[in-house]
Amino acid sequence: MTDKTIKIDALARVEGEGALYITMKDDRVEKVQLKLYDPPRLFESLLRGRQFSEAPDITSRICGICPVAYQMSAVHAIERAFGVQVTGPLRALRRLLYCGEWLESHALHVYLLHAPDFLGYESAIDMAKDHRETVERGLQLKKTANALITLLGGRAIHPINVRVGGFYRVPSKEELKPLAERLRWARDAALETVRWVAAFPFPDFEQEYEFVSLRHPEEYPFNEGRLVSNRGLDIDIDAFEETVIEEQVPYSNALHARLRGRQDGDAYFVGPLARYNLNFDRLSPLAQEAARSAGLSSTCRNPFRSIIVRSVEMVYACDEALRLIAGYEAPPVPALDVRPREATGAACTEAPRGILYHRYRIDADGLIREAAIVPPTSQNQRMIETDLRRFVQQHVRLSKEALTRRCEQAIRNYDPCISCATHFLTLQIGSGGETITA
Amino acid sequence: MARAPKPKLAVWKFASCDGCQLSLLDCEDELLALTGRVEIAHFLEASRAVVKGPYDLSLVEGSISTPEDAERIRRVRRLSKHLVTIGACATAGGIQALRNGKEIKEFVSIVYATPDYISTLATSTPIAAHVKVDFELRGCPIDKRQLLEVITAFLHGRHPQTPSHSVCMECKRRGAVCVMVAKGTPCLGPVTHAGCGALCPAYARGCYGCFGPMETPNTASLSEQWEKLDVTDDELVRAFRSFNASADAFRVESERHVRRQA
Repeated sequence: MTDKTIKIDALARVEGEGALYITMKDDRVEKVQLKLYDPPRLFESLLRGRQFSEAPDITSRICGICPVAYQMSAVHAIERAFGVQVTGPLRALRRLLYCGEWLESHALHVYLLHAPDFLGYESAIDMAKDHRETVERGLQLKKTANALITLLGGRAIHPINVRVGGFYRVPSKEELKPLAERLRWARDAALETVRWVAAFPFPDFEQEYEFVSLRHPEEYPFNEGRLVSNRGLDIDIDAFEETVIEEQVPYSNALHARLRGRQDGDAYFVGPLARYNLNFDRLSPLAQEAARSAGLSSTCRNPFRSIIVRSVEMVYACDEALRLIAGYEAPPVPALDVRPREATGAACTEAPRGILYHRYRIDADGLIREAAIVPPTSQNQRMIETDLRRFVQQHVRLSKEALTRRCEQAIRNYDPCISCATHFLTLQIGSGGETITA
Repeated sequence: MARAPKPKLAVWKFASCDGCQLSLLDCEDELLALTGRVEIAHFLEASRAVVKGPYDLSLVEGSISTPEDAERIRRVRRLSKHLVTIGACATAGGIQALRNGKEIKEFVSIVYATPDYISTLATSTPIAAHVKVDFELRGCPIDKRQLLEVITAFLHGRHPQTPSHSVCMECKRRGAVCVMVAKGTPCLGPVTHAGCGALCPAYARGCYGCFGPMETPNTASLSEQWEKLDVTDDELVRAFRSFNASADAFRVESERHVRRQA
């Protein structure tokens, strides 16, 4: 029987820096704290008094990895406030842009951040020494995705073309054509990716989860739908804040989220695995087939296999992008007319790493009076801690080095934004459960 | 014959969105070639392996907004032969510098129920306000081609070649129609530092200044032109107060319009 303190410093944030502390007494896990100490940037405060039209540009700066998600949640929330609905080709272009972001973010995570864990490398750069072609395939997938975002958005990071009501400029049908060629290559490369990651070694770690995602009547969800779970949640987005409770914990700069009516401490799961489990029937036939050939059924409860699900979503993103391009006719105007009014609007969209909620209260002059933003990683924070608690408890006999690596890998299952997904961890074993500084 | 050791590159993050360091990973065609020329010694976004300093070139993303980070940047400086700041957070304090001059307690309490748990400074400041900086690369986000130019320049011991003129020049070079003259769309291009390639005008919108002020911009003159397009002081304040709000030229111009409102 041993007492241990696992102290993982400089896990670096959820867009930056974080740390993990686990204490064990007599081989029992006592405390698990994922501490996210990214400096607070206070977006909800600085949005007050800004014009509604600035929200997509300002909120995209919350995350350089998923700026499109922030832009999409912002424009949908504000359009709901003003009673505007974007349909037809403008709606299709938004979906196409989101396909680009999913593909970019997933290629980055699968190839550069998560795969090295499974194959025992420190980084994709090290991995490239033995698997150059594979890493290059990942980089080219990423590049294709960035080409799509750049055409529609102007640039890959913090695109400049998204506005409330639509876009500033829309592409012609001709402009999209060369992209389709590249996306056909990318779809094949994504299928290769599924085959590659399906052969990775996965720890046996099936868990019972409450998965939460959007659900749309016809489509695999991006921008619209009701919020559902596998335990009976089924709400309109307007009921989000009555349902999701955000709590501050003393050790973290990210707020913790939980669902009202669930037992205290119960966590829920957002992101690709949640979307997959709740929307398998909405995936394209090709994506479903890729999942089945990788040994997945329509449900997957092992978070370590999320790398396969992310790859399946890459296949879907390419497939869906090609479908949208094939059916595209340029709209008559790049944006609908938007008249501000005194109103409140909320929306939720599916960021690559899970649901992203925005709400704005806007005055008659179009100025934002109040803003609320709930990002996916703060919703997953408690779930990550729960996984770590269970995982460490099952593997108390592992060596310090092995356990540290496994803890990092378990955190990366949630793709908690690039920087926190790759930080080095240091693990300390103490004798009396005390915290030892690395 | 023993090969000379590769120069050591380090990437550091302070208060920021990660987008500027992501630009390095977005160099999909150059990344593997680059790792043949430099040793990625500290880049947590890409690798869990950390090589001890000192470092030949440190790229610093983000602004200083906590007491801990104000200390950390001094350590980074001590470990770095050359220190280059990348992006508007690092060069001007970023969008989070909108807190500067506000009551910070109130700002924090809007987001957090228990503000006492939060350690933050009342201001968000650029890296150069704390330590000596060898070169500043502008943009929110930076342009990846300019980033490659900066790294290449330091590898060859020369100064980076990045133009310091306005976005207007890039617009002309690109052959884009002037959105202000042709459509009466307010545009910050005439006072904004080049680097993006005149993206916004090419997408039929006015520049919103994400690369910050150019060298010696005539902001007052541009404001006059905007006023002819019925832009109010209130709107001018917001235009100059975004991602580079604390850059001197933009800060001074926004303050002038605040005074005029009063």
